Amino acid sequence: MNFVAEADAQSQGTRAGDGRPLIALRAISKVFSNGTLALKDMSLDVGRGEFLSLLGPSGCGKSTALRIIAGLGEPTSGTIDWPTAEYDTAGHPHPEIGFVFQEPTLMPWATVFSNVWLPLRLKGVSKSAARDEVIETLRMVGLEAFARAYPRELSGGMKMRVSIARALVTKPKLLLMDEPFAALDEITRFKLNNDLLELWERFGWTVIFVTHSVFESVYLSERIVVMAARPGRVYTDLRIDAPYPRHDDFRTSTVYNDNCRRVSEALHEAMGERTH
Amino acid sequence: MSAIDAGKIRSADEENDRLVPQSAGEGIANRAARLAIPAAMLILLVVAWQIYVTVAHVPHYILPSPVRIAQAFVTDWPILGRALLVTLKTTFLALGIALVSGVALAILMAQSKWIELALFPYAVILQVTPIVAIAPLILIYTSTTGEALLICAWLVAFFPVLSNTAQGLHSTDHNLLNLFELYGASRWQTLIHLRLPNALPYFLAGLRIAGGLALIAAVVAEFAAGTAGEDSGLAFRLIEAQHRLNIPRLFAALVLLSLTGVLIFAATSLLSHLLLRNWHESAVRREN
Repeated sequence: MNFVAEADAQSQGTRAGDGRPLIALRAISKVFSNGTLALKDMSLDVGRGEFLSLLGPSGCGKSTALRIIAGLGEPTSGTIDWPTAEYDTAGHPHPEIGFVFQEPTLMPWATVFSNVWLPLRLKGVSKSAARDEVIETLRMVGLEAFARAYPRELSGGMKMRVSIARALVTKPKLLLMDEPFAALDEITRFKLNNDLLELWERFGWTVIFVTHSVFESVYLSERIVVMAARPGRVYTDLRIDAPYPRHDDFRTSTVYNDNCRRVSEALHEAMGERTH
Repeated sequence: MSAIDAGKIRSADEENDRLVPQSAGEGIANRAARLAIPAAMLILLVVAWQIYVTVAHVPHYILPSPVRIAQAFVTDWPILGRALLVTLKTTFLALGIALVSGVALAILMAQSKWIELALFPYAVILQVTPIVAIAPLILIYTSTTGEALLICAWLVAFFPVLSNTAQGLHSTDHNLLNLFELYGASRWQTLIHLRLPNALPYFLAGLRIAGGLALIAAVVAEFAAGTAGEDSGLAFRLIEAQHRLNIPRLFAALVLLSLTGVLIFAATSLLSHLLLRNWHESAVRREN
């Protein structure tokens, strides 16, 4: 096996216990049925407990990569390896994933409780058995008072919180987020950024966060993978060396600004390369 | 006019602002107005009709007065009542079968593109061919006229249920489908917890159309079949009354048909309202 990326000590992630990555993507390519090369030769190791952002312009394949990691759609070529996950008897890994979409993607006919209960329900957990877990997860996102509300009664930010609670209720090891806050106003987005970081520090899941915002990715991540478009590919892999916990004062700090400039330049190079 | 507009605005408010409980007095006054205005209009119309017929000496075999029609109702009730029962039985049986078969076929078609490709064109052909044109053929193939009428009414009521439910099953949010896939939901779980609830509003829209169509088809098919005797429904009594120039009875039968149609529409609308309103009602409960 080729562990070139792993030799890079930085990409190991500070929390990775035994040095093995949680996910290892090897030369992943994806061609859509209309012939579009969405992703070309993507290799990436994600360390356990890492907060990693995939940053890039639209069409760079960042969402495609996330979906492939989630198991929604097979890569056209390349392999995905879960070195530390448990495998079932059929040889399929059980990566324990939570997924948050760009839209809240809630069932409008179901209450907040039922929406969060859904992942457990699909595993055969009854309502009464799931109750404590669902309420506890709702408390984590600050919505325990809204368990009986329907999605249409909630604001955009609250719906997104429900969506996050639904992703967390199964206690996943890996949280995949596909531009989850892109449609929210700035105040709500900052608040949710802070809450997400707080939960991440508390529970130590691995997060892969897809975004097109330089500022959001620098604020949140330990590591930013900048991607380029046409064909979608990894352009560069940057580390954000700023200690956690990060709070609102981090947004105005010099470290933050310097990093934003650095990431911004990398993104522009990635986009500029396309036009030449 | 303005009162009707006010009614519309009120119901729009209801949609947007369920969290704010309406004061009871305002609600009752509004509801009363919504009932009183059409009722007053109806009374006005009937009175004008009566006055016109009396003053202009219109013969009852051309246009009977409301009073004469009411008399026909009373005297002919044994005939009309039995006919109404026959028509109602055909309508509701056909509607019931249409609901079950329409939903079942829609679910079947949602399982695979191939099944849909194989079946849907024939459902469309059955729908677009005028029922009056198929009725004679159906009459040949069935042993009783009642069966033929049932099949005709079913054919007409079936399509809106099928196409609406199929549309609802198809228009499930892609991300939600992905989510179910991610959590390893079985086909059955996806159907029960996602596709069917998603299709419910579409199905109910189909039901409201199918309810009215079932009645219309039951009447049209009876015109085409021309039944007589014990089994005859309102449509036959209507034609019979025309042939005998018993115009008051014709009007009475017509009124019965209209009333039945209105009641079916009201019932299906109420059912739809009750089922869909549930999605929002917990808001009110939460506030209390």
